Amino acid sequence: MLEEFAEEHIEPLAIGAWILGTGGGGDPYISTLNLRRLYAEGARVDLMDPMALDDDDMVAVVSKMGAPLVGQERLGDPVHLARAVEVMEDYIGKRFRAIMSVEIGGSNALSSFLAAAVLDRPVVNADAMGRAYPEAQMTSFAIGNLPMFPLSLVDVRDNEVIVTRAASWKWMERISRKVCTEVGSTAATCKAPRTGREVKEWGIHDTVTKAVELGKAVLDARRRHADPVDAILDHEGGKQLFRGKVIDVARETTGGFLRGRTIIEGIDGDRGSRLELAFQNEWAVAFRDGEPVAMTPDLLCLLDTISGSAIGTESVRYGQRVTVVALPAPALLTTPAGIAAVGPRAFGYDIDFRSVFP
Amino acid sequence: MKRIGIDVGGTNTDAVLVDGERILAAIKVPTTQDVLSGVKAALSHVINAPAAAGIAVDAVMIGTTHFTNAVVERARLERVAAIRVALPTGRSLPPMCDWPRDLYNAVDPMIVMVHGGHEYDGSPLVPMNPDEIRDAAMRIRDAGITSIAISATFSPLTTECEVRAAEIVRSVIPDAKITLSHTLGRIGLLERENVAILNAALQSLGKTTVQAFADALSEIGVTAPFYLTQNDGTVALADVAAANPVHSFASGPTNSMRGAAFLTGLENAMVVDVGGTTSDIGCLIGGFPREANNIVHIGGVRTLFRMPDLLPIALGGGTIINPENGAIGPRSVGYRILTEAKVFGGSTLTTSDIAVAAGIVEMGDRDRVKGLDAGLVRATLARISEMVADNFDRMKTSAEDVPLIAVGGGAFLIPDKVPGASEVVRVENAGVANALGAAMAQVSGEVDQVFSGMSRDAALAAAETGARNAAVASGAAVDSLKTLEIEDIPIAYLPGGARRVRVRVIGDIAFG
Repeated sequence: MLEEFAEEHIEPLAIGAWILGTGGGGDPYISTLNLRRLYAEGARVDLMDPMALDDDDMVAVVSKMGAPLVGQERLGDPVHLARAVEVMEDYIGKRFRAIMSVEIGGSNALSSFLAAAVLDRPVVNADAMGRAYPEAQMTSFAIGNLPMFPLSLVDVRDNEVIVTRAASWKWMERISRKVCTEVGSTAATCKAPRTGREVKEWGIHDTVTKAVELGKAVLDARRRHADPVDAILDHEGGKQLFRGKVIDVARETTGGFLRGRTIIEGIDGDRGSRLELAFQNEWAVAFRDGEPVAMTPDLLCLLDTISGSAIGTESVRYGQRVTVVALPAPALLTTPAGIAAVGPRAFGYDIDFRSVFP
Repeated sequence: MKRIGIDVGGTNTDAVLVDGERILAAIKVPTTQDVLSGVKAALSHVINAPAAAGIAVDAVMIGTTHFTNAVVERARLERVAAIRVALPTGRSLPPMCDWPRDLYNAVDPMIVMVHGGHEYDGSPLVPMNPDEIRDAAMRIRDAGITSIAISATFSPLTTECEVRAAEIVRSVIPDAKITLSHTLGRIGLLERENVAILNAALQSLGKTTVQAFADALSEIGVTAPFYLTQNDGTVALADVAAANPVHSFASGPTNSMRGAAFLTGLENAMVVDVGGTTSDIGCLIGGFPREANNIVHIGGVRTLFRMPDLLPIALGGGTIINPENGAIGPRSVGYRILTEAKVFGGSTLTTSDIAVAAGIVEMGDRDRVKGLDAGLVRATLARISEMVADNFDRMKTSAEDVPLIAVGGGAFLIPDKVPGASEVVRVENAGVANALGAAMAQVSGEVDQVFSGMSRDAALAAAETGARNAAVASGAAVDSLKTLEIEDIPIAYLPGGARRVRVRVIGDIAFG
């Protein structure tokens, strides 16, 4: 089942992906420009239902890796994402039937489309996070205990690396991160190839459509002068956690993460309370007046109260009027194995996961 | 020190003559189509004022909207060559790929991408190839283009490629006017490059504008050096400013904020400048406008450089009120207020009519708004108060109450009590706040750079030294320098404790 991904879906995809990025994953602006140009040059990408994959089809899982700040100078070129896929095909000696993104949150939502537009392959309507997370072991494929190798990594200077084997997902993360840093803290990667059966069993399905529909709901609300935050909550079955104004942002970089906290002072119904949003690249845990009230893997999104646009952990500023919402996590992430991989303890918070959704 | 400050606005051209902190003469004349005759009229008025008799002027400071208007109108721009030193990166997104089509066509660029650039840690991305740049320069020369913008990957951290490329271009085109992106912008190649290209497209206009001002001054008999006011509330010598017209883009609101600081003596406060169509809310820190640390669109182009952080709101003296439901704006009668507002004999209900009906201000014929429903007047005023309070709060930088200075022709719309404001300060002479702001301006220097492999203290110190050197190069007196802002942000993912540090220093103009 293939359906052409229409040009007018690029903008809502970017908006939806930025919201699902839960504060991380990088602003999709440059990826959006790239995809628009490929479409302007005549490229078209088909979107493929994951259930239409044959069990032994091969699927490439692509991702841009590295620091968003470096991306703002390097302006990632789609040919390198495509090259990472080709390098992997050469290595495994098989042709990929389709391409998917490792994460639907942030700019990587568009990475599969960029590679697919260059290579003329379909994009699978799925990802491996249903949101954004910083590390390789925080994927549905890792939760499913699937093999994490090989991995191909491509640099703009004709440097191509294949990690043929790694002892664990964490080792794969450590080794590939090292290589990525060496080539300037940005690289195009093709993760361990997946079979159609693995994608059907362990992929998080229909997340491209989900992001597009979410973006459309926001655009539609803006057009109707309705409340875009309400539109997001309605569309995703989410919960509003807090509304207020950012009164403090503290950031520090440790262990390759941007960690810190944002403090929001309540207004309207939340007057008199404070919400602290702790982050590690993405928003991780929300504390209301000191008590944890929402946490990963539930999606915590910081939204501009008026426009409904997502606000990233790198760009949140004092004085912004914000609404914090929680959106339901993909079911797999709330299983015991999911919580072990991406629950609060995976980010160093000694808290039992409690979903805000019954 | 005797100075003349001139602010050329969309509606009025204001001029003041000051001696130290004393205002000797002030005038407001309509801005003329050619701009210059208005400037000349204002100048000769203040210079010939009785209080100015026998006074030698030390400096003239001019704030002008010439350059912004050219970009917005897509007019008076020149053809530009854009050289980007970044291959093999960025090939898919060439310079100006995100510009509005009409502005792109108005600039009609020749675009060249060559190999080179650096990484965040200062190592070369790939070697730069001088022959590639020489070839490009010859094609640019053959096309008759003399204004060139050069950008390179991570040039704010390592300027080498841009500087070297400029030398090569100049060896082929000796009279080239070259803008290097690192001298204007910050990290973010597209946005920095956009600023450089806008700047390159304004080179001829910069020269002719400054020449025209010079001619006007000498016609009036003023021989003092003259300066153009800049986005950050400082001034630059006119010849230096002519090379960087983008630094004058926001001089209007900046001058009015500086003027507000001067007139009230408040260095840390919020300012609301109420015009006919919109108001701008800004924040004074140490007497200067707080800088925007985010993307600012100019004529539809994304930029990231030294601009004041302003929040425009659709509230002005001419903002139209819906008589049915009391909805405010966003449309305004603008400069047609003198014919269209009810108190001036027109038929459109405006914020000014509401203010007259409520007895807040006197203008026009009050009898013409006598019949307005008192409930509507009250409700509209309440809604205006809410609008001001909400936007004021949005721009505040701390939870504590701060003073709010109200300036501009529509300042009467700002209520006496605003939640979060310790007081609402109104000033006399608010009408010439802009020109005063220009007259009192100082010189600044800035560094915005990523430092790695050193301690936080060492990084801050290195940035401060760089900023001081930049200020002195722009004409500041060394002994007057003071540090205005220090800000640092650690950078995710990058090793070596990389942090982006921004430091700005300010000083008095060094004369003689």
